[in-house]
Formats: sequence, structure tokens, C-alpha cells
Amino acid sequence: MLTLPIYLDNNATTPLDPRVLEAMLPYMTNMFGNAASRNHAFGWQAEEAVDYAREQIAALINCSPKEIIFTSGATESDNLAIKGVYEMYASKGNHVISVTTEHKAVLDTCKHIEKIGGKVTYLQVNSEGLIDLKELEEAITDKTILISIMYANNEVGVIQSVREISAIAKKHGILFFTDATQAVGKIPVDVEADGIDLMAFSAHKMYGPKGVGALYVRRKNPRVKVTAQMDGGGHERGMRSGTLNVPGIVGLGKAAEIAKQDMESDTARISAMRDRLEKELTTIEESYVNGSREHRLPHVSNISFKYVEGEGLMMGVKDLAVSSGSACTSASLEPSYVLKALGLSDDLAHSSLRFGLSRFTKDEEIDYAIGHVKEAVSKLRELSPLWEMFKEGIDLDSIEWAEH
Amino acid sequence: MAYSDKVIDHYSNPRNVGTLDKSKASVGTGLVGAPECGDVMRLQIEVDENQVITDAKFKTFGCGSAIASSSLATEWLKGKSVDEALAIDNMAIVEELALPPVKIHCSVLAEDAIKSAINDYRVKNGLPALELAKTHH
Repeated sequence: MLTLPIYLDNNATTPLDPRVLEAMLPYMTNMFGNAASRNHAFGWQAEEAVDYAREQIAALINCSPKEIIFTSGATESDNLAIKGVYEMYASKGNHVISVTTEHKAVLDTCKHIEKIGGKVTYLQVNSEGLIDLKELEEAITDKTILISIMYANNEVGVIQSVREISAIAKKHGILFFTDATQAVGKIPVDVEADGIDLMAFSAHKMYGPKGVGALYVRRKNPRVKVTAQMDGGGHERGMRSGTLNVPGIVGLGKAAEIAKQDMESDTARISAMRDRLEKELTTIEESYVNGSREHRLPHVSNISFKYVEGEGLMMGVKDLAVSSGSACTSASLEPSYVLKALGLSDDLAHSSLRFGLSRFTKDEEIDYAIGHVKEAVSKLRELSPLWEMFKEGIDLDSIEWAEH
Repeated sequence: MAYSDKVIDHYSNPRNVGTLDKSKASVGTGLVGAPECGDVMRLQIEVDENQVITDAKFKTFGCGSAIASSSLATEWLKGKSVDEALAIDNMAIVEELALPPVKIHCSVLAEDAIKSAINDYRVKNGLPALELAKTHH
């Protein structure tokens, strides 16, 4: 049975896996203790649950349980990593290297660093969405203390060459932080093999609950420290004060355990569905896949349907929950800065839809989505003066468009 | 952001979609907006010898509100005199479609399209173009 609307916006958030909910429920009712209460059974129970979650997460990303700092989510982890390193290593330098296609949580934190006197270099990406490793190395100065480059992009799913990046960082004795929110739980992430010093991720992108995430902070080779960004009881080895969100943490732990166990089979199924969706939708004339198709998350597809505006298209596919790089979806009226960084013209950026699949996506939902999108694109092109001009062979660049 | 019922109605059943023969002297064409801004409207009117708009057609590249604004504009234009058409204000479109503040630019674009079509008709028929006040938004 097909239930409408169909959720294909899993890069924004994923549904809670019922197995995760089941694990969390007792910690919302009977086992409500504070994990910091060291002197009674309620506290011990909570602490034990948190420690177990740490182990589940450590197993997924191949680290020590002691290297996990729980936070409220990836945005907080990004802030803690960048600001925390900037403050902790101030005596070593004040230069940070990042990328133009990072999530706002990283970009705006970098802006904050600039405001308080730091220097930030923003690397460009090529049309695939990948950085140039040579440019990265050239950007390094004797003041560089941190390289902050995301593992996989949230809009196009492009996966950066993390191992090559970390090798460069190591060679120059610079810390490497990666926002891996879209990658952890979806593709194999191994902080040892990948050479990661700090890593942000979040539960709700991997079928866990909202409001909980973590920052991995390396303890050996090198021992990394971050300055706490919140004052208080000194939880999480002094790096993040605040009573632990025990049910959330239990949920993140369970989500990590399931991800490790099901990743291979999930990925095989999801990527087959994604590839089928993409193959069918790119049979539409003048449609373009955005970003690298080779170095990409298995569950994302970002496609521009030229001569059709993204928000109008989303309204046309009202039975699908997707997102668009179009200006109109945000208050800013600017089209996606990520797509623009990939070199897309504004009109193609306006014409994009992002499809994000999950382990709960069904084949018949993909069938429905294919038909629905094809129909909507064709209907809107009938309405589109640009499509008519294109069909008449008029070069749209030759027209003097009114300023806006 | 939820769309009003009227926007959904115009989006789902757009009125007067199409193309008039722009080579005819009785047809005025307005093409406003820009692809890089995410909306382009083409609005055409056909005017009879009594300066009455007998037909109006549109095609729009844009969001649902842009499509609805131009669809509504063509509905309003038919049967109006050119002078009456010139008096159509974008705020009337905002009110009719219950557009939220972030979508007011769609109505401004529709008003621009009407005026631009009228000007095209005027110039074609040897009349001076009118000064258009609202062009930037």
C-alpha cells in the first residue's frame, strides 16, 4: 500500500527507527536518572546506558568510547570543534581552512572566527563538488591550526577525499576536523583509517532522535583538546557541560549499532533505488545530475530540470516531500550557494530538486515519484516561456533580461 | 509555508495559458523577470479597435505564486479597456491571492508584465510608451 505524501527528504532528517524508539522508551519513564548522579541506582543505571551508547558509537566509527563527546546535535558539535580548537590552540596560530560548500553551521562559525580576529581561507570546489588537494596544501601557512572540510555534502551528497586531506593535515601538523553529519551511519567512516582528529555527527540523520549528536575528539596521536563553549558542571571530560540527554544518547547509540549491522544491505538496496530514480528522471529532456556521481552518498540525487522553477515544481509534486535549491524556498531569495559553488548558473540552481532516500523507502514509492515528477515537469514546461523559447531555438543568453 | 486555496486553484488549473501571434499589430507582449532570479513572465494581450482587451495569454517560469499571479492577471484583463488595465495594482493581486510578504514580488512582476504588454501594444501602434513607475523589486 502506498501512503501519500512520500518522504524523500532524508538529508534533512530521517524518521526514527522503531528499534531505536524501543531502546529509548525506558529512559523516558522508569529509568530517568541523571547520569551524573554517582551515589544511587538511578544515576548508575543512566550512566551505564550512556557508557553503552558510547561503545556502540565507538564501534561504528572505530574509536575509543572515551573519545565521544555528546552534544545537542551537529550544529553544536561544529561550533565546539571550530571555536574550541581556535581558542585552545591560539598560541599556535589563528588560521583555519574550510570550503565554500560547507553547511551553514560550519560557515557561520568560521565567520565568527573571522570576527574575533582569526583568518579563514575558503577553498573552492570544481564542478563535481570536490576540492583541489593542491589548493588545500597551498593554502596552508605557518599560522594554520585547523582544516575543516565536510565528509559528504548535504545538498549533492558529494564525498570529499578525506584520506588525502587528512594526510596533508598530518604532514603539516595541522588538526583535521570533518562535519560528517551526512556520512556517519550511511557509508563506512573510520576515524583511524581516515585520519580524522575531530568529527561532528548527529543522531537524526541516521534514524535516531533529534536533539542529540556527538563530537569525536581524538585522544592519541595527537591528543586533541577543545575549549568548552559552555560553562557548567564539567561533563564530558570538561568539554561540554550540561546534564546528559540520556534517552537521546541511548537512541544515538542504538542507531549507530543498527547502522553498523545493516549498512551493507541497506546501501545495496537504497543505492539501487536511487540509481533507478536517477536513470528514469534523467530521461527527461534537459535534466542534469548535480555533483560527482562517482564520489557520492548512496542515497542522494540532486537533479536540475531546466526551464522549470524548483519551488513551482515542488508544488507540482505535492505528494512528494523533497527539497529544492531554488531561491523561493528560503527567505533569502538567493538560490543554493552549494550549487552555485559547483558552477551552476542561477537558473539551473533554481531548477533543482534534491531526492534523499532512506532505509524505509519502498520500490513502489520510487515508481510513484518517477511518474509524478515526469508529469509535473512536463506540465510546468507547457507553462514555461523559457521552454517555449528553447524549443524555438532562441538563445536565452541573447535576451536582455530586466534587472530584478 | 502553506499556499492559499486561490493560489493552488490557479496553479492547478491555470487560466489562459498560451501564446498569441506577436507579429500582429493588435497584440502586445510583455516579457519580464529573469531566469537567474527564478521567475520570468510573458503576458500577451490582444486589443480591438475600441481599445478593449479581447484576449490575454500567459506563460510563466516561476513558483506557484508567480504562476497564479499571472493567471489571475489574464483573467482580469479580458474585457477591460487598456486604460482600465493600466490601473490594475499589484496589491489587488496580493489581496485576491492572499500572498504572503515574501511573495509580493510575484504580484509586482505581474503588474510589470501588464504594463509592459500595454507599452508594447502602444509602441506598435504609434503611441508613445508610458513611463513605468514600478520596475524594480
